[in-house]
Amino acid sequence: MKINRLIPFFAVAILVFGIISGCSSSKSSGGSGGKTVIKIATQTPLSGGSATLGDAIRKGAQLAIEDQKKAFAKKGFDLQVAPYDDQADPKKGVANAQLIAANKSILGVVGHLNSGVAIPSSEVYEKNNIVMVSPANTAVEVTERGMKTVNRICARDDFQGPSGASFAVKTLKAKKIFIIQDKTAYGSGLAQAFRDEAQKLGAKILGYEGITVGEKDFNGVLSQAAAQKPDLIYFGGVYAEGALIIKQARDKGLNIPIMGGDGMDSSSTVQIAGDAVKNVYFSTVVGDVTKTEKGKKFADAYKAKFGKNIESYSAYGYDSAAVLLEGLMKAIDKNGGKLPTREAVAQSVRGIKDYDGVASKVSFDSKGDNDYAKIYIYKFDKASYPATEITQISKKQ
Amino acid sequence: MLQQIIQILPQVIIDGLTLGFVYAVVAIGYTMVYGILELINFAHGDVFMTGSFIGAAVLFFMMSVGFLSSLPSLIVFIIVMAITAIVTGLMGVGIERVAYRPLRKRNAPKLIALITSIGISFVLEDVVRFFAELKTGNYIITSPPLFNQKMTLDIHSVMPVFNKITFQSSFILVFIVTIIMLIALDIFVNRTKWGMAMRAVAQDRETASLMSINVNRVISITFFVGSALGGATGVLFMIQYGTIDPYIGFILGIKAFTAAVLGGIGNIRGAMLGGILLGLLEMFAAANLSTITHGAMGAEYKDVFAFIILILVLIFKPEGLFGKAVVEKV
Repeated sequence: MKINRLIPFFAVAILVFGIISGCSSSKSSGGSGGKTVIKIATQTPLSGGSATLGDAIRKGAQLAIEDQKKAFAKKGFDLQVAPYDDQADPKKGVANAQLIAANKSILGVVGHLNSGVAIPSSEVYEKNNIVMVSPANTAVEVTERGMKTVNRICARDDFQGPSGASFAVKTLKAKKIFIIQDKTAYGSGLAQAFRDEAQKLGAKILGYEGITVGEKDFNGVLSQAAAQKPDLIYFGGVYAEGALIIKQARDKGLNIPIMGGDGMDSSSTVQIAGDAVKNVYFSTVVGDVTKTEKGKKFADAYKAKFGKNIESYSAYGYDSAAVLLEGLMKAIDKNGGKLPTREAVAQSVRGIKDYDGVASKVSFDSKGDNDYAKIYIYKFDKASYPATEITQISKKQ
Repeated sequence: MLQQIIQILPQVIIDGLTLGFVYAVVAIGYTMVYGILELINFAHGDVFMTGSFIGAAVLFFMMSVGFLSSLPSLIVFIIVMAITAIVTGLMGVGIERVAYRPLRKRNAPKLIALITSIGISFVLEDVVRFFAELKTGNYIITSPPLFNQKMTLDIHSVMPVFNKITFQSSFILVFIVTIIMLIALDIFVNRTKWGMAMRAVAQDRETASLMSINVNRVISITFFVGSALGGATGVLFMIQYGTIDPYIGFILGIKAFTAAVLGGIGNIRGAMLGGILLGLLEMFAAANLSTITHGAMGAEYKDVFAFIILILVLIFKPEGLFGKAVVEKV
């Protein structure tokens, strides 16, 4: 009887002990050897449905920070990366943003993956003057609110959507288009921009339907699509649902091109959809970096460091962090080699012009958008990842 | 407008039935536990999810040993189902032992058990996520293809008002297996000694124990049967939809619970019917809402539509479709 009572007590005691020792060990690794610690936070989903992409951004940023570590060490700073997991959840993102704001050693954020998370979180960054460089947020609203701390190196939805539409209508000759979106800021933003441009170009929109993230059965919507016989389906959303839509659409006999946004750009799309992935197109803000010499070198370094092949956003995570560090370095120099304020870093990052990154050149305009952002169109020819780049559409046309 | 609805109706019914059968079997797990303990076992949705993962694990193991190519897929399927059902059944019994029985012994309020079940559901989700992520770092698991031949039923040539319907062969499997499970359960509850004991405990636990029924064992059996059915349905779900992740249990669990309420919670036949009805309603709404409302409301309102129907039913029949109006037990 007594032993029975004691077992839960021991279980709890061991658990508490484990948590405490876990915490303390992570603290002890933060020894900085008398240098001033500067931390760059990453905020991306490290768990949850889009963890593959989120983790790629984190790893890319980590690589950039490690590359620059020496240069900062010379000036007496210890550069560290502080990864946060936003779980693709706005509430979690904002909670993390508060933590980041409270941690005075953090001078910049690389993130987020999801626009829906970036928008509320950046309100917190703005209040605390923490500069954010986003590798992947394409929603228009992210920079359109005129915040001085928010920057992005990728293209915007109001450019990605129309580019996709112009490709679908002009190149694929789609006349009747059925649109599905996932009701998130990202998915519906993209789908709306696509719809408006496609209509302008003369295509007929047969339907504009929403689905719920996290569900697995989209047969209802697809039956409706199949009944109207479209010659292209456009999906605004992420691969977890997108790949299933591809698969279920093919099961319904819809052997037409299916197009999506950059959320479809993942090896999981192929894994889930299998052979059905053929004849699927997606527009994305990230190019195939391995086409350039610099990009190849990056891919090799990434593979050597993490033992994984690069994902689409890896290079953008790298560039975001690199741009941030470039701005930070300038701010340090301006401040006479001393630790700059967060405001100064934000100003300095916004002022970056013609930075030559791995994936893209970067020049921020007054809103924080990148002048050199491009849209790339990819196609899955066979059931393997990555897809092949077909064409690119530049912002400055 | 009506013509288009009718055209796709057979396809909608097929898809709706697939989803509905899954809801129905999961709903049974909720309704059985509620019938006996008056406990809403929120962890049941995640038992379903765990079942799908155990099924995937067994399937992957059999594939690596080479069984998958040497045995006919139907036998592979039966083995996977049996292993999964036993494991999840025992898991259900374990959950009851560890989490609910101690509470019951101390006469804790029902609300505490409810909160505990929510806790268990979080634990299951993250434990499964941990194991699923171990190998690939990605917890969305894609199962090896089984029963994925495409079938087309050309009813268009027989009845021109309908479009022809297409489905995977796994649909037939889901259909047959769930019907077998539902009938077997019905016989078990209504015709066997243990079934009678279960009904007795559900009616009045104390009197049943006076009639020399081992109440704790009956509760264990209830959890075993409910969880085994839930886990087996997880396997069906995995085969039908091809991908699973640790969070499928949440939304599906809530919908199945709703189905149980719709049919009258505590009533097994009600849960079956409620599940099928909810699946059909949802699929119908997803396919036709924008046609009916001329684009004002899209498929994203399918759940709103389904739940409005649910509320309407409950307004006129608060005890659910099959539930009996029960006088408050004191």
